[in-house]
Amino acid sequence: MNDAISRRNLLKVVGAAGAAAAVPGATVAAPQHIAQAPAPAPAQGAAPPVSAPPQTDALFFFNDQEARFVEAAVERLIPADPEWPGAAWAGVLYFIDHQLAGAYGSGAKMYLKGPWVPDAPPQQGYQLRHTPAELYRIGIEETRQHCRQAYNGREFWDLGETVMDEVLKGLESAQIQLPSLPAPVFFETLLANTVEGFLADPAYGGNRDMVSWRMIGFPGAYAQYVDLVELYDLPYTRPPISFANSAARHAHIAGHNHDHNQ
Amino acid sequence: MAVRMKPVDVALVGGGLTAAILGRELAEAGYTVVSLERGQMRDTVPDFQSPTMHDELKYDVRYALMQDPSVQTLTFRNFVGQQALPMRQLGSFLPGEGVGGGAVHWNGQYWRFQPEWFRLRSWVNEKYGQNHLGPEVTIQDWGVNYDELEPFYTFADKVLGIGGATGNLKGQIQVGGNPFEGPRSEPYPNPPMKKSHSGHLFGQAAASLGYKPFPVPSANVTRPYRNPYGAELKPCMYCGFCERFGCEHFAKASPQVCILPSAMANKNFELRTRAYVTRIEYNRQAKVATGVTYVDAQGREVFQPANMVVLCAFAHHNPILMLQSGIGEPYNPETRTGTVGRNYTYQTMTGINVFYEGEKRINPFMGAGALGTAIDEFNNGSFDHSGLGFIGGGYVAAYQTSGRPIYHHPVPEGTPRWGLEWKRAVARHYNSTVSISFHGSSVPHPNNYIGLDRTYTDAFGQPLGMLTFDFPHNDRLMARHITGKVVEIAKAMGGKQISVGWLDDHYSIVPYQTTHNSGGTIMGTDPKTSVVNRYLQSWDAHNLWVMGASVFPQNAGYNPTATVAALTYWAADAMIKQYLNNPRPLVQA
Repeated sequence: MNDAISRRNLLKVVGAAGAAAAVPGATVAAPQHIAQAPAPAPAQGAAPPVSAPPQTDALFFFNDQEARFVEAAVERLIPADPEWPGAAWAGVLYFIDHQLAGAYGSGAKMYLKGPWVPDAPPQQGYQLRHTPAELYRIGIEETRQHCRQAYNGREFWDLGETVMDEVLKGLESAQIQLPSLPAPVFFETLLANTVEGFLADPAYGGNRDMVSWRMIGFPGAYAQYVDLVELYDLPYTRPPISFANSAARHAHIAGHNHDHNQ
Repeated sequence: MAVRMKPVDVALVGGGLTAAILGRELAEAGYTVVSLERGQMRDTVPDFQSPTMHDELKYDVRYALMQDPSVQTLTFRNFVGQQALPMRQLGSFLPGEGVGGGAVHWNGQYWRFQPEWFRLRSWVNEKYGQNHLGPEVTIQDWGVNYDELEPFYTFADKVLGIGGATGNLKGQIQVGGNPFEGPRSEPYPNPPMKKSHSGHLFGQAAASLGYKPFPVPSANVTRPYRNPYGAELKPCMYCGFCERFGCEHFAKASPQVCILPSAMANKNFELRTRAYVTRIEYNRQAKVATGVTYVDAQGREVFQPANMVVLCAFAHHNPILMLQSGIGEPYNPETRTGTVGRNYTYQTMTGINVFYEGEKRINPFMGAGALGTAIDEFNNGSFDHSGLGFIGGGYVAAYQTSGRPIYHHPVPEGTPRWGLEWKRAVARHYNSTVSISFHGSSVPHPNNYIGLDRTYTDAFGQPLGMLTFDFPHNDRLMARHITGKVVEIAKAMGGKQISVGWLDDHYSIVPYQTTHNSGGTIMGTDPKTSVVNRYLQSWDAHNLWVMGASVFPQNAGYNPTATVAALTYWAADAMIKQYLNNPRPLVQA
């Protein structure tokens, strides 16, 4: 009973602070590759213009403090390295923020009727009463509380890489206990959304400049490989294309017709 | 009070593949038919067009084409006695919603079942003796055999434009095809798909070990093709956006592309969308269905009177509708009596990744849903089970379906789940890994069934269906035995290392496995152990018929769609030639 009431109060308090806010300056340097020459031109035809879709650097869900937490956490989950930027530079904070502000965050396609059995075996899947948006609100708040208690009042994002990793591992393994959530449920949601944001089409706010697609060699939304699929070991170097790139759409259709007329 | 619609000859519950087939065939035969689809209308143009269709997050991860669990879901538990809890979001399987159903978002892997599978109980007893299996393996005969279904398999091949390499033509084994398939009366209507790099590497290794690799039969059409209904299909472009997506190219067989244009041209056929059927109206005294009740887009309850009702919903939805409507005797796992919900089965899957660590470029994004190279030496009818203690089997294939990165970023076992090492592993292995899958059969078990939940309700206030399932011991033995053989092939593929996904845990509702749910309204020869007879006609109401994989008494080591389509044409033939002009039970109980 007490538990339920405190959880409800927590939601009310934290929920009240959920206005859009500017992000505090993220101190993530753009890695080298951004300044390097673009990927080699494709073997055939002109490369469609490659440009990152406009970034929406505005927050619709997280407050300043939550944003700092998420920005720091996603960068530990997918860190920058000398070759490729990490999740922070890629805009995963904005991806998660926009997801939580929309249908996904509100649990639009989730069955959200009780009764609730939060300690169910993992085979039965997610059984908390919280929408993803509520899960983040509570998970961030309680993880920050844990950090302040364990590290002399310091916030998660001030702990340095090694300690931040220890905190994340503690959530993942349930060695850290949060008052009103199973910590691994929060961690797994954050990890899954981080991977989604890093690898999804940049139209959703993450994967800025299609950085993850360049890293792995995924060519993106424009796809038609009927004439290439049997060329084993083909080095396929066409730069990736987002579905939001309408200039590429025209180039693609033009190329399409050309091929068929030959 | 419910709105009452004009009576029709036939009401079809659903708007997917089986409803499209019946709608077309029964309207053509002169009967008025309405197909009641819970989702919305959607078509190749404008709904499935590139580039917006190529949105992995929307379709692959957030399930835009799938059933909405906030309206209706299932509860799930692993065993009888455990508290069942709602599947609050989709995971293990993905029933479609909207016109075309699952046949919009499928991959198009199109396999016939081997002949012995239709008389599995008799075959096991004859070949291995009565004591080969324990009493908990409740396999049974279907009541229909392969030879009876063969003409309907063949017609469905033509409607869907299937491509493949024929392996057995009228009993003659053909080079390059599957030598373990049942005899075909005609070759495939279209040639097989191209061979991907994954398939090439797997096929070479398999052949070196003495297996006979062949191209997976495909409903991704391989050349311009006109089907018997006059529909024009176009060749597959290998875009890598099949499963969970609609096809923009008119290349993946679907009701929209292959069947509905012909059905819609017939004034006897009506496709009514946003009609969420909540129950079958049943006259218990007369033992007949009188129509169906649904909730329309305005939230009104509507009664559709019909002389005949056919359940064409997704596999687990058919038994749930019967249970919610109080038709037939619900299966009871304590007494092991009753039939509705009995013999729920699934599919037994394992997978192996072969990592080349940069030595090969696989280009996994050059893919298609049914682009694969397979061997069939380990399917049920292909090898001797003596002394193995189990029945069943499955095919093994290297599919190259897609390189969509949120789901396809394989890393070797032992890689950390996040952090710098994970990120480097993703970059290193994305384009240099081949995935092999074992696609195994599923036998029924007395504890695996579909019932109604006593606690949780759907958006209409009706009890949710309740699924009880775990992998039976038989299938665990089977998967272990065959996965061991696949490891040998994987090791012969020349990679640097392999990772094996053994089946060694309880069934979980969370990770995606397959949407090949089956059983629950099974067909058979005895009303005590089946829900429908050999023509898919209910034993409890002669004007209620049930289509789809829910009629499988046990699920084979193949994808179900070809058999679903063949059974639907088989049932349509019985309806038109034997039933509709003289309605009665076609088999005496």
